[in-house]
Amino acid sequence: MFNKGSELLKLCKDNDKKISEIVIKSEMESSDITYDELMNKMKEVLKTMDKSANSALNKEIISVSKISGGNAKKIENYKDNGKTISGDLINSAMAKALSTSEINASMGKIVAAPTAGASGILPSALLTVKEKFNLSDENLIHGLFAAAGIGEIVSKNATVSGAEGGCQAECGVASAMAAAAIVELVGGDVESSFHAASFALINIMGLVCDPIAGLVEFPCALRNASGVANALISADLAMAGIKSIVPFDEVVDAMYKVGKAMPESLRETALGGIAATFTGNEIKKRFE
Amino acid sequence: MKNYGVFDIIGPTMIGPSSSHTAGAVRIGKIARSLVDDSFFKVSFHLHGSFAKTYKGHGTDRALVGGILGMNPYDERIKSSFDIAEKNNIQIEFIEDDLGYVHPNTVKIVFQYKEKDNYYIIGSSIGGGNILITNINGNEVEFSGNYPTILVKYNDRKGSISRISSILSNNDINIATMKVSRKEKIATMLIELDSPIENKIINKISLLDEIIYITGINSIER
Repeated sequence: MFNKGSELLKLCKDNDKKISEIVIKSEMESSDITYDELMNKMKEVLKTMDKSANSALNKEIISVSKISGGNAKKIENYKDNGKTISGDLINSAMAKALSTSEINASMGKIVAAPTAGASGILPSALLTVKEKFNLSDENLIHGLFAAAGIGEIVSKNATVSGAEGGCQAECGVASAMAAAAIVELVGGDVESSFHAASFALINIMGLVCDPIAGLVEFPCALRNASGVANALISADLAMAGIKSIVPFDEVVDAMYKVGKAMPESLRETALGGIAATFTGNEIKKRFE
Repeated sequence: MKNYGVFDIIGPTMIGPSSSHTAGAVRIGKIARSLVDDSFFKVSFHLHGSFAKTYKGHGTDRALVGGILGMNPYDERIKSSFDIAEKNNIQIEFIEDDLGYVHPNTVKIVFQYKEKDNYYIIGSSIGGGNILITNINGNEVEFSGNYPTILVKYNDRKGSISRISSILSNNDINIATMKVSRKEKIATMLIELDSPIENKIINKISLLDEIIYITGINSIER
């Protein structure tokens, strides 16, 4: 069992294990489930993630509300034309993140990670790294457990709810989970995973939750695209050997306090930020 | 500190876009259906608060209909639940309503029958796909649907609680939580259990003299 990042780190070091291995062991004990059952359950999760991250790349998917959609396909085509500014990897990752977000907004099947609003980030991050480093599905399943470990710590000590902590608690935490998992997948050490998770949270600390008309679409999908970029660059920062001066647990605590300090208008109520702009209010009127 | 498992963080696998506006709505609908006679020809959904304001954009309407058709929160047919209801000759109606001092995401589901009285259920979607059923056809209740639940109304007599609980323990069923309340001479008991409910248990309890009404609801998948 672990409640804090420091505890998970110590368990890894004392037992010479990866984050995913400790998380798997802890889950088997607490849920009274066998290793094979656990792996099969996560395999199903990965299948759903893989489908949602790819389904909107070649087909225009429009949301139930009809206010957004089709952007995953746009960025995928743009990437294929080979003239991107930030390169194939980032563009491909953004397309996959948008794909899951668009599937979500069109009442398709997704896996909340840690929430439905931020569900595009983790699948895209892992699948992007899979392609680049020729990883297997088994590797990715382990990556998902590592990511879950980070998410568990944040849930226990802070929040992953936009209504409580703003978008930093949803997309921020998803990026942190993804960043830590990526570092493990490419062979980084456990400390580097925590540094990467810290960077991801620090990079977007204070991000508000301000969905137009209260719908999980704009700016949510965009923030899934920038969230996966945040995860990838946070992993790179950590793999380069850069260390977070402030430890992960303290960063989580800071994120929680920032969330608490946010006015209610910026916590999923659709009363502030982008939701409260002239255009945001005009769109909202269509649903009243 | 609340405990979290791996699949609380990476999960649920669900139909989007929102755990409270879609997954929770499906679960309320499904529980409601499990409580009623399924010969209804029409269902009216009275939507309150945020449900009333945003149900079209969030697809809460299709999610509720999917629920009363018996679908789970991860069923990909939810998107086309209106068509499926039509094929099954079930009429659907949505009414924006004020249900009083209740949670912002609350719905009153009224099942209508040709040969008998309407029957209604009120439930709230309280976040992350979690729900609370608060009223069953005029009986105030409060349960989450996360556990198999037995609802019993009975004429209050000495020893009723022990008679009901011994039937459960004699059948090797553990009680997770129990709530008892009383209005005038009529008591209402809500029992959440650790194992699924079988019909024979419900039948046994219903044979007790004091029982007025009993229903068992198995847990609704997340």
